Amino acid sequence: MHYVIAGAGPAAVAAAEHLRELDGDAGVTLIGVQSQPPYSRMAIPYYLTGKVGEEGTYLRRTEDHYEKIGIDLMCGEVVSVEPGTHQVVLADGQQVSYDKLLLATGAEPIIPPVPGMDDPRVQQCWHLEDAKRIIELAKPGARAVQVGAGFIGCIILESWVLREVNLTVLEMGPRMVPRMLGDKAGSLLQSWCESKGVKVHTGVRVSAIESSEEELQVVLDNGEICPADVVIVSTGVKPRLDYLGGSGITIDQGIVIDEHMQTSVPDVYAAGDCAQGLDFSTGKTAVHAVQPTATEHGRVAAANMVGANNLPYKGSLNMNVLDTLGLITCSFGAWEGVDGGDYGELYNPENFQYINLQFKDDVLVGANSVGYHQHLGVLRGLIETRMPLGPWKDKLKDNPVLLADAYVGVNQAALQKAQ
Amino acid sequence: MHKALVMKADACTGCHQCEMMCSYGKVGAFNPAKSVMDITIFDGGAVNVPSTCTQCEDAWCMVVCPVQAITCNPATGAKEVSAEACVGCKVCSIACPFGAINYDPDSGVVSKCDLCKGEPMCVEACPTTALAYVAQDSTGYERMRHNALLAAGL
Repeated sequence: MHYVIAGAGPAAVAAAEHLRELDGDAGVTLIGVQSQPPYSRMAIPYYLTGKVGEEGTYLRRTEDHYEKIGIDLMCGEVVSVEPGTHQVVLADGQQVSYDKLLLATGAEPIIPPVPGMDDPRVQQCWHLEDAKRIIELAKPGARAVQVGAGFIGCIILESWVLREVNLTVLEMGPRMVPRMLGDKAGSLLQSWCESKGVKVHTGVRVSAIESSEEELQVVLDNGEICPADVVIVSTGVKPRLDYLGGSGITIDQGIVIDEHMQTSVPDVYAAGDCAQGLDFSTGKTAVHAVQPTATEHGRVAAANMVGANNLPYKGSLNMNVLDTLGLITCSFGAWEGVDGGDYGELYNPENFQYINLQFKDDVLVGANSVGYHQHLGVLRGLIETRMPLGPWKDKLKDNPVLLADAYVGVNQAALQKAQ
Repeated sequence: MHKALVMKADACTGCHQCEMMCSYGKVGAFNPAKSVMDITIFDGGAVNVPSTCTQCEDAWCMVVCPVQAITCNPATGAKEVSAEACVGCKVCSIACPFGAINYDPDSGVVSKCDLCKGEPMCVEACPTTALAYVAQDSTGYERMRHNALLAAGL
């Protein structure tokens, strides 16, 4: 049996290792685009701040990790998938045969369709190579304009501030991180950033980037102009799908997968940022493009590839945590609430603290928090187990800070009932 | 056979000595806020529940870590955080459904129970039998599993 994995990110590596655990005799080949060892995009912000060196971004810490456990690493770009002959074709023309294939090719940055994006002083922040170029451009005192205040945008803010650049952030949504935070949480985050000397404009679109030798000018749709020495583009990501034409694999927002992580084509599975899989909260499929979903996808896909589709997936809970200049925000599940739902809220803007808990009957279904870092995981525990909160629901509506107590309390009550 | 940290709510008096010793072991200061053992007090002290990481086998925190900063100590089975490798991304702190791994803004890395390399200080500090470090086959794992399934209605 030969398992081939297209991609070398967290989903790919999690799948490769789990395949190895479950099927010791099989061949496992990882095909990554980049020549360095598999690394983690999540670690790039910390590479930018200097907290870790390049090696600190690698997904696995020992150099011979893959070799030692019998995973073949190949460098190459998959340019087509041919399910008929069970082969993938690489950019250099090489063909690789598979018995079962996992597509874990991840996401790529969305580049806004505006003129001027090709200037070398306009940088994405996606590959490790991008990060290296940004480090060269972001000199102390430089005027930096960051386009986009989404997940990645908010995490990398700190590295600009530490580099003492003069930073302006532009976000086209109505608030910062609009896909993960509600109005109050997003506004708190914005005022936090402003209190740290960062200029933040929301609800604005870039219409062009004009360049001269001396500077860049970021032209906004309201006519305003932001002069800049460097522009960092972090306007979101989308699944990498360009190589799937002619494969017959069904694509929607991403590669559509069923509850066994299989695509519409037999023996071809997908996982991670390129996959549109089951969402725990909605029961529909979605592209999450977050680390917890990616690693879960990878492991569940591996189990189904080895076990002939005998591990149905319950779906992934969308969740995220960001640290923006020291303010920690997080979101879980249906943080915007559900029909016929109910909520509890704590809002303490003076201390930049906020918790919003969303309920359906007496079950927690989603949450947002700002300014808390203790026991955040219990939010996942309560949501995913659908544990009835009983009397704890009203206590939480009165005081959402009691979350960890509620978690221990409902579990203790369930245990006593069982005994 | 690894030993396991066993926590019994019915023997816990809520004295918090375990938290004090835990924080001393972790950061060298008696500061319950830095403890990774937590006592939750209910009904004004009528019920006290100790809780910490139970060292899951395929631990969520370990699997989700993007830089392999959490590894299993083969001697104890504990999932240990390498402060050197941890970048402080906090993804483990939302992925652990028990809320048992937390970010510490002072250190810039996450913190969790590591069984103190096989000599848990919380157990030494406990004046009752609420905390014990015993061979895993005597922890009633099967009984716990049975109760958990019952509680989940399965």
